[in-house]
Amino acid sequence: MSQSQGTQPFVLFDNVQKSYDGITLVVKSFNLGIDKGEFITLLGPSGSGKTTCLMMLAGFETATHGDIFLDGRSINNIPPHKRGIGMVFQNYALFPHMTVAENLAFPLEVRGMTQTEREDKVRKALDMVQMGKFGGRRPAQLSGGQQQRIALARALVFEPSLVLMDEPLGALDKQLREHMQFEIKHLHEHLGITVVYVTHDQSEALTMSDRIAVFNDGIVQQLARPADLYERPSNSFVAQFIGENNKLKGIVKDLKGETALVEFTNGQQAEALAVNCEGIGKPTLCSIRPERVRIGSQAGMYATEGKVLELIYLGDHIRCRMSVYGDDSFIVKIPNAGDGTMLSVGQTIRVGWDKNDCRALDA
Amino acid sequence: MEQLQTLNGVPLKKQIARALFKQKVRALLLIAPLLIFILITFVIPIADMLMRSIDNSIVSQTLPQTTTSLESWDPKTAQLPDEATYTALYNDLKQAVEQKNHTKLGTRLNYENSGMSSLFRKVGKDVSKMKEGVSYKEQFLAADKAWGDLNTWNLFKLYSPKYTDGYFLAALDMKKTPDGIQRLPESERIYLNLFARTIFMSLLITALCLVLGYPIAWLLANLPMRTSNLLMILVLLPFWTSLLVRTSAWKVLLQQQGVINDILVWLGVISHSGRLELINNQLGTLIAMTHILLPFMILPLYSVMRTIPPSYLRAAKSLGATDWTAFWRVYFPQTVAGIGAGAILTFILAIGYYITPELVGGTQGTFISNRIAYHISSSLNWGMAAALGTILLTLVLVLYWVYDKIVGIDKVKLG
Repeated sequence: MSQSQGTQPFVLFDNVQKSYDGITLVVKSFNLGIDKGEFITLLGPSGSGKTTCLMMLAGFETATHGDIFLDGRSINNIPPHKRGIGMVFQNYALFPHMTVAENLAFPLEVRGMTQTEREDKVRKALDMVQMGKFGGRRPAQLSGGQQQRIALARALVFEPSLVLMDEPLGALDKQLREHMQFEIKHLHEHLGITVVYVTHDQSEALTMSDRIAVFNDGIVQQLARPADLYERPSNSFVAQFIGENNKLKGIVKDLKGETALVEFTNGQQAEALAVNCEGIGKPTLCSIRPERVRIGSQAGMYATEGKVLELIYLGDHIRCRMSVYGDDSFIVKIPNAGDGTMLSVGQTIRVGWDKNDCRALDA
Repeated sequence: MEQLQTLNGVPLKKQIARALFKQKVRALLLIAPLLIFILITFVIPIADMLMRSIDNSIVSQTLPQTTTSLESWDPKTAQLPDEATYTALYNDLKQAVEQKNHTKLGTRLNYENSGMSSLFRKVGKDVSKMKEGVSYKEQFLAADKAWGDLNTWNLFKLYSPKYTDGYFLAALDMKKTPDGIQRLPESERIYLNLFARTIFMSLLITALCLVLGYPIAWLLANLPMRTSNLLMILVLLPFWTSLLVRTSAWKVLLQQQGVINDILVWLGVISHSGRLELINNQLGTLIAMTHILLPFMILPLYSVMRTIPPSYLRAAKSLGATDWTAFWRVYFPQTVAGIGAGAILTFILAIGYYITPELVGGTQGTFISNRIAYHISSSLNWGMAAALGTILLTLVLVLYWVYDKIVGIDKVKLG
């Protein structure tokens, strides 16, 4: 490497490609730099190549092309057990024939630590995940959440500077999952480790990550901070994958700087923020978040007519499906303000949004 | 604790039993044919065979008066029995000769002392010639001097009870004498050696099956579906081939003029005169039996290995373990259940194997079961066969028990 240590990120994927069968590429071209102490999430639907990237970093898969650098060194030819990377697996992979304490002592043992050193570290690691009393149990005697904590402790006990997590919360129920998200986040902040986290759950990714790489079809669609990803998706896949979105199909009629004039399927036209338009005359998909749509027209907002088709009462808000610009599945989230303004099905009302909230993306 | 009752006051347990009775009867009826079949073809014959190993009623049935009379005779006096006993012997034999039972008794007693068979065959004629009123003792002594031999009478007395441990003693290379139980002279001992050889060879075969089968089971469990299916067919193929065909195939391969020797000579590894003896000895039994029993080791191993997710090995490696440590500390302990199941299956099959050792074992490679078969079909000493079989059964049960103590039978998993 010609780059000096100072400028190179802690982990670097440099034009990495991966193919299993020599016919199709699972990972098409992966470039990613991860700084020390960062929490990066690889997010994408199953089969998008995110786990493959993680496995290449862990050393269980070899890159077909390209280099992976860890702390300035190329690790392509370093076997997994010499990489010193902690890993938490989807099914925890706690060794069933060992007790919890033996599981935790295993990485220390293979590193040749003395008995007293091991016991000390195992105790500290167990305390760290609030499982101090469970050292003598077998993994099968623990609940899913407890196993998950042990798996976490085992990946951290030998103090790796990089920890990989492969959908570690996938098997937990919703409440426990949310609780564990915070715990992992706190551990990450507390220990200052670098975490590469793989998940297909977007809310998990948004909650925990410093940056998120959205995968689809072997390509990183967008790499951004959670807020940017949600507020400013750069293409229609990301817009649809992260959160809920209204998709209005249309054709670009005019492009003026950042503003695109779009003609929708019912012939009506509207202005939108041009983010990813291919050019005049090309199809586009305008995306608007349901919670950014307002009922009634307000100053400085773009407004149009919509017909209410369906109302679903959800307590804190009301989900309203309506027909806007010829699209019958346009959703509006109306906060339940308690002011008694109730809509009725069949009613035609005015809806509006900030022009910048309507993003014209690739179709 | 108060007993729960139904609403109309019947104890709950009784009511449950009543409600389930019909179901139980129906279930029992469904398995009844199999139950009866097993009872008739398996349990009863085995029980009968076990009884034969101690059954000795032939002596007291053929010579009822003599055995009663001998009860008061003490062999330690070194005196022949009195006239009354000889009279009793005459009466017994006269009846036995009429019913033609005397040669059967001769055959039975010949197991214990050779010469008895001819003595009893001859006595048929002698008895018919004997006159009443004259001392039977003198007539018997005149007919054959064996009747005046203390050993003959010792034998009668030793084997007059209805049940005997004689077969078991013989199966353990021991003999009953008036001075108590003694070991046979070195040159006549065969069974203990045979038992030892059977156990040793079975253990060796089990170990070989494990060493050869473990990697194959691993491949089966870890290769892609298509390849592993093909491999599985190769493993199962021997199951679909007749045992005799497989064993004969080994004969073709291993004999001195066989394929393997021919190839070795052709390659110049061995000289024509130095052809290897690969069959009709222990080596032949070892090779053929290992081949035949291999699937019984591979299948339980495979079914256990299939349930071990590859993430365990990955986890171990990510924690810093080398390939070997990951295997030995993480993978291997989880396959112990399969090893247990495979080993116990292979060993128990091996210890009672008959056909293969018979065909390829020669004289040195035969097992105890070959000896049992010999006593069943050639020497017709069923009591001996039964005793050997009982010892073999006990041995297997004891080993099973030891295995349970060391490994734990609940750890054995077939899938």
